[in-house]
Amino acid sequence: MKILMTGNEAIARGVYEYGVSVATAYPGTPSTEILENIVKYPEVYCQWSPNEKVAMEVGVGAAIAGARAIVTMKMVGVNVAADPLFTVAYTGTRAGLVLVSADDPGMHSSQNEQDNRLYAAFAKIPLLEPSNSQEAKDMVGMAMEISEAFDTPVMLRITTRIAHSQSLVEQKEPMERLAKPFERNQRKYVMLPAHGRARRLIVEERMQKLANFSETVAVNYMEMNDTNIGIITSGISYQYVREALPQASILKLGLTNPLPSGLIKEFAAKVSKLYVVEELEPYMEKEIRLLGLDVSGKELFPPYGELSVRMISEKITGRNGIPIAKPFDAPIRPPVMCPGCPHRGLFFTLKQLKLVVSGDIGCYTLGTMAPLEAMDTCICMGASISGALGMEKAHPEMAEKMVAVIGDSTFLHSGVTGLMDVVYNGGHTTTIILDNSITAMTGHQENPSTGKTLMGQPAPQVDFVALCKALGVKRITEVDPFDVERVKEVIKTEIAASEPSVIITKRPCALIIKNTEKPLQVQDCTGCKMCLKLGCPALSFDEENETVQVDQALCTGCGLCMNVCKFDALRKAGDA
Amino acid sequence: MSKIINILLVGVGGQGTILASKILTNVALAQGYEVKMSEIHGMAQRGGSVVTQVRIGEDVHSPVIEPGEADYMVAFEQLEAYRWSHFLKKDGVLIVNTQKIVPLPVLIGAATYPENILVELKGRVEHFINLDGLKLASEAGNVKATNVVLMGVLSKYMDFPEDAWKNALVAGIPAKLLDLNMKAFASGVAEVK
Repeated sequence: MKILMTGNEAIARGVYEYGVSVATAYPGTPSTEILENIVKYPEVYCQWSPNEKVAMEVGVGAAIAGARAIVTMKMVGVNVAADPLFTVAYTGTRAGLVLVSADDPGMHSSQNEQDNRLYAAFAKIPLLEPSNSQEAKDMVGMAMEISEAFDTPVMLRITTRIAHSQSLVEQKEPMERLAKPFERNQRKYVMLPAHGRARRLIVEERMQKLANFSETVAVNYMEMNDTNIGIITSGISYQYVREALPQASILKLGLTNPLPSGLIKEFAAKVSKLYVVEELEPYMEKEIRLLGLDVSGKELFPPYGELSVRMISEKITGRNGIPIAKPFDAPIRPPVMCPGCPHRGLFFTLKQLKLVVSGDIGCYTLGTMAPLEAMDTCICMGASISGALGMEKAHPEMAEKMVAVIGDSTFLHSGVTGLMDVVYNGGHTTTIILDNSITAMTGHQENPSTGKTLMGQPAPQVDFVALCKALGVKRITEVDPFDVERVKEVIKTEIAASEPSVIITKRPCALIIKNTEKPLQVQDCTGCKMCLKLGCPALSFDEENETVQVDQALCTGCGLCMNVCKFDALRKAGDA
Repeated sequence: MSKIINILLVGVGGQGTILASKILTNVALAQGYEVKMSEIHGMAQRGGSVVTQVRIGEDVHSPVIEPGEADYMVAFEQLEAYRWSHFLKKDGVLIVNTQKIVPLPVLIGAATYPENILVELKGRVEHFINLDGLKLASEAGNVKATNVVLMGVLSKYMDFPEDAWKNALVAGIPAKLLDLNMKAFASGVAEVK
């Protein structure tokens, strides 16, 4: 039976059908739903790891021990997981090991636009690129087979348009899930330099074998048509090409590392004009040029952003498409902190105190936006604390005018080592851990501090106070972020202290609690607009009556605006 | 239907565009068409602008609808209709739910919600219909059924049999909510004269 599935659902189905036993990940858009769908197949063990490096290592361990394993992450996660990846490329594994890298051309929800196909080439591992959901599922099976046949990890690289687009997928019965027994083999799995040097040669031999395999593998094929135009393409770009240039001949590549140089030369010889159409880096183009072929690619298409049917058609045919109406000038609708969000009060206070805020990645990054505008840096997961230490080392007096802010999940991902560094190297930095009891930004995943696993089992909870104490932090305060006066006092005290401090703001995400509060009412509002500085979507200004109004459908009754109103104009129902 | 039909559903996170697109894709699949659907989410839950793209035909390749290519646009909110209207074909159909959801830059006074959106859109689009879907849904029993009201409107403009839509509702909606959603759908259908 064929059903509509996103690429992420299809990969999860592939994991179920192709005998995968262990699946690990750290959530990150656009990859998150892969594990959220795998968990629906109880036959597969799956888990959220604290970060991508750990997820990768758990996958490596499982595969070395003899079970098929898959590890999924967004593309920047591969930076974190690169260390084990590059060396497991030397060791190989006993059972299949597949890394899914979900890239994000167009940066729909990412801080950079890196093209992780280059990682596959760099790490010398095979690379598969599906162009729809069916291929995404099939390629899980194929990746596992390649991994086992060539004794190598395999990268399955998808992009946002594959991950989040639905197309039809044929369902099959699952194969048997067999784990081979563990076998000791120190020369293969203990990467001492002497062992590593021997494996290094094996990596080169393997790439040679894979290059031959790439020439004949079914996912690399020609679709011959009119031979005036020949296009080499892969992934989602293939779909755009099919639609933009239905008459063109295509060399569609599913296995793109190593590239099939013989097949490429054969295709080039059949067509008059050769193009390569690929999003982001000229990854295939450079290799094709090395073959001495005359090919057009990035001189026509930008190395950034997404491609489109229109762009491909216009650039290759040289003919303009139908004119498009000019868009109306509409005010933007950015994502915002939700009504009742526990982060809002903290950022309101940070702005009031005019502090430099070393930021991190999570919902609270929205604290950058007006009207809160209380974040100065956001680089990568975990960089808030270590970055703040660097600022302090550049300007010691900054420690008294600066805080690092980091969420619970991000702190566990890679903030702990930064805090260790602050303590070890004599920093005074104040770190605020925004503990909302969930990994919120990616859609509410469990983490080691939430007390539950991905598979719904109860789990021990990380004790943030004890953890920070163990790192050597002596000044640790827990506060309720809705108590803005107390939060302000604590921050003032802690930034003035000449030693490291940690402030933990504790309150669960507004979207995971069952809310019993009633929406607030407005009475005797003076129209001072102080509460509007909170940037709460439930508050707006009624120009006619010159008072604030509360959207009764949106207001969660959290009471934060009550706490900042100096005139008691915002009240709980019944408190009039 | 030899050509591809492009439908764009635009709205604000939480308005139920996803369920609506599911009903629509189920109708098309039941009629034997190939369907591709694409949505960019990630931060949709945080009140951002959301777009769901549905493409229906014999042989659909790209999952993405490009500017000037949409045959139908269902806007769950006025400003979103305004924002995305250039995606419509010249002779496309625009269905607008007149609900207004004010975005944060407007709430804090940094921008203004455009006036006369409906008039401007009407001036640009050949086939235009606006309705108070929220009110119709509330009359049917629940404001959350606004998405189904809008599917009722859309059904009158598309070539699929009414039964196919009803079957998709039965398949896609929990039994205890079916009655009110059937009512909501019918009230959408009745909006199209």
